[in-house]
Amino acid sequence: MKFLDEYRDRGAAERFAAAIRNITTQPWTIMEICGGQTHTIVKYGIESLLPPEITLVHGPGCPVCVTPLEIIDKAIAIASLPDVIFTSFGDMMRVPGSSKDLLTVRAERGNVRMVYSPLDAVKIAAENPGKKVVFFGVGFETTAPANAMTVWQARRLGLRNFSLLCSHVLVPPAIDALLSSPASRIQGFLAAGHVCTVMGYEEYIPLARKYKVPIVVTGFEPVDILQGLAMAIRQLEEKRTDVENQYARAVRREGNPAARKLLEEVFEVTDRSWRGIGQIPRSGYRLREEFAAFDAERVFDVGGIVAQESPLCIAGEILQGLKKPHECSAFGSKCTPEHPLGAPMVSSEGACAAYYHYGQFRHAAAGQESS
Amino acid sequence: MENKPVIDPFAGLSCPIPQSEYATVLLAHGGGGKLTQQLIQKMFVSQFDNELLAPLHDGAVIPLGALRLAFSTDTYVVDPIFFPGGDIGELAVNGTVNDLAMCGAVPQYLSSAFIIEEGLPMEELWRVVLSMKNAARAAGVTLVTGDTKVVDKGKGDRVFINTSGIGVIAPGVDVSPRNARPGDVIILNGNIAAHGMAIMSVREGLAFETQIVSDTAPLHGLVAQILQADPGVHVMRDPTRGGIASALNEIAGSSRMGIAIIEEAIPMTDEVRGACEILGLDPLYVANEGKMLAFVDPASAPRVLAAMRSHPLGKDAVVIGKVVADHPGLVVMKSTIGGMRVVDMLSGEQLPRIC
Repeated sequence: MKFLDEYRDRGAAERFAAAIRNITTQPWTIMEICGGQTHTIVKYGIESLLPPEITLVHGPGCPVCVTPLEIIDKAIAIASLPDVIFTSFGDMMRVPGSSKDLLTVRAERGNVRMVYSPLDAVKIAAENPGKKVVFFGVGFETTAPANAMTVWQARRLGLRNFSLLCSHVLVPPAIDALLSSPASRIQGFLAAGHVCTVMGYEEYIPLARKYKVPIVVTGFEPVDILQGLAMAIRQLEEKRTDVENQYARAVRREGNPAARKLLEEVFEVTDRSWRGIGQIPRSGYRLREEFAAFDAERVFDVGGIVAQESPLCIAGEILQGLKKPHECSAFGSKCTPEHPLGAPMVSSEGACAAYYHYGQFRHAAAGQESS
Repeated sequence: MENKPVIDPFAGLSCPIPQSEYATVLLAHGGGGKLTQQLIQKMFVSQFDNELLAPLHDGAVIPLGALRLAFSTDTYVVDPIFFPGGDIGELAVNGTVNDLAMCGAVPQYLSSAFIIEEGLPMEELWRVVLSMKNAARAAGVTLVTGDTKVVDKGKGDRVFINTSGIGVIAPGVDVSPRNARPGDVIILNGNIAAHGMAIMSVREGLAFETQIVSDTAPLHGLVAQILQADPGVHVMRDPTRGGIASALNEIAGSSRMGIAIIEEAIPMTDEVRGACEILGLDPLYVANEGKMLAFVDPASAPRVLAAMRSHPLGKDAVVIGKVVADHPGLVVMKSTIGGMRVVDMLSGEQLPRIC
């Protein structure tokens, strides 16, 4: 497939892997922010191509994983109401709330529908004037423009039965929070390419300066990631701390101005709680006052919900890169994709699910047995 | 007083429901992955247990005097009932024909049972029936018995069809998922994931530039070619729901062997790859309805491959991997960039991702 195969090419992958081996003189710890990158790393076995000095830690860039339990419980409460059609992206459907997930609500005859595009939810609202249609708007800057467009369109169409349950989060404040933690051992970052296609990468320049870490805006294919790693390691070896753009085929310095303008119009920045990490100041979006009529948290009375996390789940440490999934005592035993205790075991971008599906832990176990 | 044996009418009720964390059945229990397996094992196999059921093959192999019969059943609930490349009627005939063929049998007689929702246009039912007639003729099977039920509107989804079938296994043929052996060569007959993506593209209203067409086809002819080339073929399996990943995992589990496959060797069309890429689905887990995997001895592999390629449904046949003695029960794959990873059984439905 044109524009994809060249980034999954073995020759190119081997060249970048060789370059990394050649330039690495000491141990470095690098975090890939985005869960999509984590999956590529594990799925393609990228760590097996790297020298032992390089440690990759997996970041909090999984929108499903960091959505607070409380919001998921609110989603479940709203989806269980009569006369509601609750719409969501597929991978939010299996994330466990305090007592159940959205798929269970559907099995219990709730009207829960999976959509591929947020605008499909607006279409459903227009077609079902007798129902209240809610879209579960989660994600990073990547999905924010399309979700903003739902309320923008709903207002333009004069729809009174559409609302957005909004739990948007932003990447740069999360990087700031991770690096300001005394426990942080991260020396370089791969920033999430798709987030930067929307927002550009100017916001990352002060972070690279403040914490003296190289940040490389990186794509999602295996060759992208190897090249991004090579660029970050070269900077570390040369003692540079710049923001570089590996993903130049998609990302411009200023991002996508039309999308940013829409975000500005519909959303305002707010403090947000991240599942497993806690409150991060100015790290999310909420709907502006002008769009209050489309805010599901105001349309439905779900204010009193208090959530209870599983005490066994160490998602917070995983999402901050302090621990790897197989270092969790529940991993693969009490916590599996069939019975997840925490969101990282569910999402297609969750680090735990990636380790589980692509068998990193079983490789590790086999290695221990044979040694 | 006569001492009659007492039959306890409540005996069955004292048997406790198997432990499960699910109080209700989820859609994922029908997805063909781990939850389906758990449901089958805990609820059905535990209670119906017998030696003919035990292999959990596509069909049961029943010795009957000098004959060996293959017996299989399957129910078709596809939505929509007409899709690019086929319809529910054709699928219902081909699916059971294929299940019998995968037992090494020549499919012969089929039953068909219809559960029809009130309000189904007669014209649509007629199209389905004609399609079944044509599919049966093409597969050389006869529909010899059937049943019809009509349910209230809203209590079904247009039409559900069950077909069961029997076929005869030739002497000397012994095909079973338990028969995989180290060194066996794994051959696939062509491009994967077409059926699942064809259904997905119409069901979800995804307008791709080129239409993806289901691969539904009867595989009995291809199987006859294979058995002619090598009557001792070890395993045959049609990777339907759950895709080739689930089928390979089931075989690895049944035979307690390891399976090693090569990502680059697994063929699919650019349209299917593109659609999977857009939706974030792994084609290894997407359904097929005209594909099969054959596990054969390395000595006869070239002969089987040539025989498959001489048949229209096997012209794109390729070797995708082999059976190994290492890592029993696990399927591992060499990725396109040379890394290794495990190909696991899917835990539930494949869900399209957020971004």
